[in-house]
Amino acid sequence: MNVFRKYRLPALTILTASALFTIAIAAPVSWPTLTKPVTPEKQPSPDGFIGRWILLEPIPTTGLTPSAVQAAVKKEYFPNQFTIIPRDGDKVTVGGTELTWHAVDTKNYNVNLYHFAKALEKPTSDVLFWAVTIVNSPREMRDVRLAIGSNAASVWWLNGKEVIGIYGDRQTVIDDGVSRRLTLNKGPNILRAAIVNGGGATDFCARFLDANDKPLKGFTVNLVDSPK
Amino acid sequence: MKYLLTILFVTLASIAAALDGQFGIHDPSTVVLCNGKFYTYGTGGTSLISDDGWTWKRGATLPRRGLAPDVIHIGERYYTYVAANIGAQPKAAVNMIWSKTLDPDSPDYKWEDGGVVASSDGVEDSNAIDPGVLLDPNDHRLWLVYGSYFGYIRLVELDPKTGKRLHPGDQPRNLAINCEASDLMYRDGWYYLLATHGSCCRGADSGYNIRMGRSKKVTGPYIDDNGVDMILGGGKLLIGSGGRVVGPGHFGLLDLGDGVQRFSMHWEADLDQGGASVLDIRPLLWKNGWPVAGENLKSGTYEIESVRTGTALELAVEGMPVGGPRGRGGRGVGRGPGRGSGAPPADGGGRGMFGGTGSPIPSQDAAQVSANWPAGNIEVRMANYLLQAQQKWAIAPAPNAGGYPGSPYFRITIAGTERTLAATDDAELVVLPAFTGASQQLWRIEQLPDATWRIIPKSAYKSKDSLALSAVGSSFATLSKFDPASDKQHWLLKTP
Repeated sequence: MNVFRKYRLPALTILTASALFTIAIAAPVSWPTLTKPVTPEKQPSPDGFIGRWILLEPIPTTGLTPSAVQAAVKKEYFPNQFTIIPRDGDKVTVGGTELTWHAVDTKNYNVNLYHFAKALEKPTSDVLFWAVTIVNSPREMRDVRLAIGSNAASVWWLNGKEVIGIYGDRQTVIDDGVSRRLTLNKGPNILRAAIVNGGGATDFCARFLDANDKPLKGFTVNLVDSPK
Repeated sequence: MKYLLTILFVTLASIAAALDGQFGIHDPSTVVLCNGKFYTYGTGGTSLISDDGWTWKRGATLPRRGLAPDVIHIGERYYTYVAANIGAQPKAAVNMIWSKTLDPDSPDYKWEDGGVVASSDGVEDSNAIDPGVLLDPNDHRLWLVYGSYFGYIRLVELDPKTGKRLHPGDQPRNLAINCEASDLMYRDGWYYLLATHGSCCRGADSGYNIRMGRSKKVTGPYIDDNGVDMILGGGKLLIGSGGRVVGPGHFGLLDLGDGVQRFSMHWEADLDQGGASVLDIRPLLWKNGWPVAGENLKSGTYEIESVRTGTALELAVEGMPVGGPRGRGGRGVGRGPGRGSGAPPADGGGRGMFGGTGSPIPSQDAAQVSANWPAGNIEVRMANYLLQAQQKWAIAPAPNAGGYPGSPYFRITIAGTERTLAATDDAELVVLPAFTGASQQLWRIEQLPDATWRIIPKSAYKSKDSLALSAVGSSFATLSKFDPASDKQHWLLKTP
């Protein structure tokens, strides 16, 4: 599958993103476990966890049952929400409220959305977070699996195809939700998630597993405006 | 055998509980595999053959009829040891015959006479019948145990190149007393002597039971779990009578690889078969260094729980809490179990968070909640077990679908529905609307050495490997190659 054609994003845009785009600087903010990316790309952690994401400020929603979560994530909040590859500082308007995308690196295996939202003085309960990253694979990798954990429910798409949904009021457990066998295309692959929280702490983690269920290595992640 | 037997000819009809087909036999040999078929030989020339270890039929009679044969495959030869009393017991001899194949249809099927490998003169404390052979996996020395009540169970060494007695002049070693039908096996630094205690050949009045001791040396002493030497009558019980079957005897190890083991034996009397003597194959489990007799799976409704994750396999539909949705209510109004007086609230409502409904809540079944389940194929996932209908699986033998050693293939459906667990073309899982009998819907369910279960589809199209139900994540199950060292493919089958 050609990601760029499907998402109407010129290949050159991503491949040379760091050189072509002007970085839009979001308001300075300090997170306990998150930092702004300072490198062009990021390797997965030793355990394979993906540590670079672009996160949208939370959208109010309620319900953690499968039907409630599916309805919440399938609702259109902003244009092109299933195809957009946002840049740090991009803004969308949801229900009359302007929300900002923030590029982050996490210091831990997980991405702490509570820290993320709290520092921005945004709500952390009864909310939906959008998260996007770009997985660059040096070659086609078959029979890999996306493996995620989330607090609470979450739905995941790889290159536009829904591959995982986990529901209910749950805590982040490594490899809680695991996809069927997938293929990572050579080049960029768009990984997108919607995490729905009921109350309290909220976070997620994600990695790929190889055909032997071992953490997948040998790829990098970046964002369209990762620093050069 | 304790008593001289008349030849048993037991022809049995198709059965529901034990094996299938014709499986009447007495004193079966170790079950051996030859060119993809299973063979066993019993007293009086009886033999049974099976394509899958589940459905059996009568096979070719051995050229040497006798008592309680044992068979071992070494190199290009199948050595068969057959005993016979010479006149009155305990004067007897164990003869060896060998063939390149056990398949009567093969051009290589030809039995050669190897002569006497052990005997008893009728005076000594030995009755040279009931042979059992072990090829030591450590040094490839071949050993024969034999004997029956008149004196001792004895051990002699054989030549693995010829199957014959290695040192005919050497005095046999005495290993055990007051038993018969002995056999040896080895595991993790221990040799195990398994022998049958009690009396045979009395139908449902037979006291046969299989007992064992273990030793660091093949030559003994074999000590039971209470520290009693088998030479003094010791023996830890492996299996006795139970259920609808009486009098197990004549242990034989059937190693299926990947650490999965079975054992063969006969029951002196299967009540469901009119008290006939029949073959059975059971899982061989291990606990604290001792073999344990496992159980073949019985039909029933089960929670299928991953040992690895503790979550249960379920149909991926929206679950309904047992008893229906219920809010948290007002805290502190009701009395939780074990707290307060325990007396029910005076009024019917206002029970609060911990007060319950005031009356028993019936178990949830599919009829209560399945109206909103989607039609067609539904995904499979795993979740914490909450007693819900989409988490209860009815497991039952699939009719006329064949099987594997000891068991038939099973169908796995959501209890109360026809929704059927199946393997997909790409080695994943799906629940189909109905069972059609296709091989992707047939499941091999067998106990592993730790008493958990391995669940394998009869086929998954694109895989060359034998794939097993596998818990990759807490909320997801798939099919993947069985790994004995991992708990991903170990499952608990719990009764809801």
